[in-house]
Amino acid sequence: MSKDPDSIVAILQEWRAAGKPAALATVVSTWGSSPRPEGSHLAVDEAGHFVGAVSGGCIEGAVIDAAAQVIASGCPQLLEFGVSDEQAWQVGLACGGRVQVFVEPVE
Amino acid sequence: MKAATLARIARAQEQREALVVVTRLTDGIQCVIDAAGSSGDLVLGPEQAAEATALLASGHSTQLAGADKLFARAYVPSARLLIIGAVHIAQALAPMAAAAGFEVIVIDPRGAFASPERFPGVQLSDEWPDEALARLGLDAATALVALSHDPKLDDPALELALPSTLFYIGALGSRRTHEKRLERLRAAGLGDLTGRIHSPIGLDLGGRAPAEIAVSILAEVIQVRYRGERVETGA
Repeated sequence: MSKDPDSIVAILQEWRAAGKPAALATVVSTWGSSPRPEGSHLAVDEAGHFVGAVSGGCIEGAVIDAAAQVIASGCPQLLEFGVSDEQAWQVGLACGGRVQVFVEPVE
Repeated sequence: MKAATLARIARAQEQREALVVVTRLTDGIQCVIDAAGSSGDLVLGPEQAAEATALLASGHSTQLAGADKLFARAYVPSARLLIIGAVHIAQALAPMAAAAGFEVIVIDPRGAFASPERFPGVQLSDEWPDEALARLGLDAATALVALSHDPKLDDPALELALPSTLFYIGALGSRRTHEKRLERLRAAGLGDLTGRIHSPIGLDLGGRAPAEIAVSILAEVIQVRYRGERVETGA
C-alpha cells in the first residue's frame, strides 16, 4: 500500500530479476498544455505490459510500439508528438500540447 | 540505462537520498550525480554539472542549457505521511494517502489497534512514536499527523516533529484538547514552535464521518505540500 510514485524503478528491477527485457520512456520536453511533466516515466516490458504514464493516455500506444523496437535493437529513440504531427489522427495530443519522449533500453 | 544505474536509483530511493541522472538524448549515454559528485560514462562541463547538481535540491527534471541535448532527471525522496495512532480515521486516511502517492506508515504501539486486519496492506510500526520517528527520520518530504487522542502517543511525536524540517504537522482534537496540548508543549520548552501544528486539523469541508475527516486532512497536507503554509487571514 505504501506506494512510491517512483515505484517504476522497483518494477524495472523486478523485471530485470525475472530476466524480462524492458525499456524506459521519459518525457524530456513539453510545450503547451501537455498533461505529464518532464521526467514522467513509463516502463514497458517485451510483451507490451506497461506501468506509469507519459501523457493522459493519448500517446501511450505509440510509445509502447517504439519501446518494442528499442528492446529489439538496443538503440534508444527520441519521439515527438503534437497536434501538428502527420500522425495527429492516431496519436495527437487532444489538449494541443507537444511532448518529446526518450525511450531507452534497460540493460 | 545500465543495470548499475537502475540499482543506484533504487538504493537512493530506499535511503531517501536525492539523485540526478543526466542522459545525452542523441545516444543515451548517462552519468549519475549525487551529493558526492558525478560518475558514469557521460562527462559534463562545469556549468552543466553545476546546473544538474542544483536539481538535487529543487527536485526538478529538465533539459540542461547548451546545445548538447542533455536531459537531467531528478529522483528525490517520495512524499511520506506518518500517522500517529492506528485509530478509525487512520483506517480511512492510510489508503487514501497511498492512492495519492504518499508512502504511508501508521505508528501505534498498541497491537490491538495497529493490526494487519484493521490496516490491510498498510506499513505498520508497533514502536513507540519517539522510537519510530528516530528510526524513520524526519525530513522535508515528510508530513506527520497525530490522531491518537492519547497524549502518551501524540506528545512525544510532536516534541520530535516541531523542531524538525517536516513540511506538515497536524494534530486531531477539539479546541480544548488542543489548548491543553499547547500547555504541555510549552512546558516542554517548545512554545515558539507550536504555531506549526495544524489544529483543528484538515481543511474545513464540514464532514464529520471518519472518511470525510480523512479527506480534509489529506487535502490540507497536499495543499501545504504545493502551496506552502498560508498566512492566517484572521477570519
